[in-house]
Amino acid sequence: MQQDLEVDGVTKRYGAHVAVDALSLSVAHGSFFSILGPSGCGKTTLLRMVAGFLAPDEGDIRIGGRSMRGVLPNRRPVNMVFQHLALFPMMSVGENVAYGLVRRGAARAEIAKRVDAMLERVGLPGAQDKRVDQLSGGQKQRVAIARSLVLEPTLLLLDEPLGALDLKLREHMKLELKQLQADFGTTFVYITHDQSEALVLSDHVAVMNAGRFEQVGTPQELYYRPASAFVAGFVGANNRVAGKAARIEGDIVDVVTPEGLRVSARASRAIAAGDVVEAFVRPEVLHLARDAAELPATAKAFSGRVESILFDGANSAVLVREEATRTEIRIALPQTGRFADLKVDETVAFGFDPQRAICFRAVDHGG
Amino acid sequence: MAVSLAGGSGTPRLRLTLLLLMAPALLWLVGLIVLPHLELAVLSLRARVAPRVYEWSLKQYATFIDEPLYWHTFVRTAAMSIFATVCTLALAFPVAWYIAKIARGRAKSILFVLCLIPFWVSETVRTLGWMILLRESGVLPRLLTDFGITEAPVELLYHDATILVGLVYTSMLFMVVPLVSALESLDDSLIEAAYDLGGNGWSILRQIIIPHAAPGIAAGSIVVFMLTLGNYLTPTLLGGKNSLWFTEQIYTQFITRFNWEQGAAFGFLLLILSTAIVWLGLKLTGQQFGDVMRRS
Repeated sequence: MQQDLEVDGVTKRYGAHVAVDALSLSVAHGSFFSILGPSGCGKTTLLRMVAGFLAPDEGDIRIGGRSMRGVLPNRRPVNMVFQHLALFPMMSVGENVAYGLVRRGAARAEIAKRVDAMLERVGLPGAQDKRVDQLSGGQKQRVAIARSLVLEPTLLLLDEPLGALDLKLREHMKLELKQLQADFGTTFVYITHDQSEALVLSDHVAVMNAGRFEQVGTPQELYYRPASAFVAGFVGANNRVAGKAARIEGDIVDVVTPEGLRVSARASRAIAAGDVVEAFVRPEVLHLARDAAELPATAKAFSGRVESILFDGANSAVLVREEATRTEIRIALPQTGRFADLKVDETVAFGFDPQRAICFRAVDHGG
Repeated sequence: MAVSLAGGSGTPRLRLTLLLLMAPALLWLVGLIVLPHLELAVLSLRARVAPRVYEWSLKQYATFIDEPLYWHTFVRTAAMSIFATVCTLALAFPVAWYIAKIARGRAKSILFVLCLIPFWVSETVRTLGWMILLRESGVLPRLLTDFGITEAPVELLYHDATILVGLVYTSMLFMVVPLVSALESLDDSLIEAAYDLGGNGWSILRQIIIPHAAPGIAAGSIVVFMLTLGNYLTPTLLGGKNSLWFTEQIYTQFITRFNWEQGAAFGFLLLILSTAIVWLGLKLTGQQFGDVMRRS
């Protein structure tokens, strides 16, 4: 399959600080690729190197198979949707979309035709003469995308374009963005710190931390088979249990916290007894029951007291304090409505299948 | 703030507060600007027919039209002022760009102070400084002969170019300040976006930066133009007798000739001229005066 973007051992330093550390990645034609990471992880630096606003210190970037070394941003087959969209307020919507075509010196009639067609495709037919400040947040985003896609770039870069929108609109624009990408078939490279955006939108996600990729995979792989403690903690909700590996039996590790809580989880890599480890248990992996006898046989039963109920429709959860060690655990509420009458301070039983929890050897969190 | 108060419910009490707050400004406006101008208007519209006998007349304005020296000076002053404003803009724009977009932190404030420093010295002393540099026995002509560029010291004072240099120098700060604030409010990502979409330096300047900075450019140009047109000291000292600056004509009428009526008429003509040119400039660039003054 043709690779639209290949990043090959790219490094960028700012003084002693390494913002991007020997990164390599490739993005297949027509896919939606996200780079997910906390702020300051180097994802914006990486994106700006692809766009051409920064030059890498080492390594090469190839777009559509062609090396971009020494190619200026206005000559790259790449366009970017900026964080605050950066629509030109001094121009009308039509002039914004036409800008790139005018710069290329296309014929006037041709430009008008393509601008019309592009606005039609993004659902804004006849908006040519509107001023930018007359548009809603969602419409602005569509104009920003239209302005880039009208140039038919090999690659569209998106720098957290949903970051400035309110929650409701963000949910809506997420779907719209995915739809637009599917319609146009252009390769999208999207950077975000919002894991839900990355999971919903992408074919592949790279999780980035401190200038490096922790894991690159499909959203399902990241969620169900995280490669590191960082990914497990960053992607999706997770209960983190830090302690020492007490006993190892096959691929199951018993983790004991300083407070004395003992849980079992599957080891991700080789772990020796006595190692400092972190176990992660997803809220939906935990079974909740009023009586320990109702729990599956594979699960060790814990007892706890309901601390608070976080009702949020399908995303509802309860916070439970384990009886003996006072450890707080988040448990997803089953959708059956069986626990609709659950009360704070009620005593409940909970447990999980150790195969569905994962355990990593702890690394120094230096940076 | 005053505007928001006035726009409020407008209870008598609020209105009184507003009036008291505005009283110093109103007194200043009426006492020092409106009243003297009314007096000047009356003066300019009368003629002396006999000692201490005056009558209403347009004679002063007629003299202006009949005497070529007067309106020649008038047109020349306007043209030179416009040219000086354009030169100031061309020089101040890169400076403002550097301060607003490239300099960071300490360097930024130092550059601003550097623009301000000449104003710690009075205008007279600054202009005399130029004279020391430029007169025939001065520093620059001496250097020119020392380096063998000219055979004998040349007089660099009393040329139109010298007047222009002095006017631009005096006006720089008043152009730089509004330009810096206009350029600072320009989002860098707009420039990057234009570049990303295929724009180059020149097209970005023309299509993105100048339209954005237009109110700042207009504000700076208005201030500089008015200062230049009404400047007396710089053209007189640097241009000498050849300077033919309209403010000199006014001075001569008031002080030398003691012809207050003629001087008042000239003063009014200058006021009309500056208003007309500013209005024309705003019309040509499609700007609103209120918008420009608010943004500057």
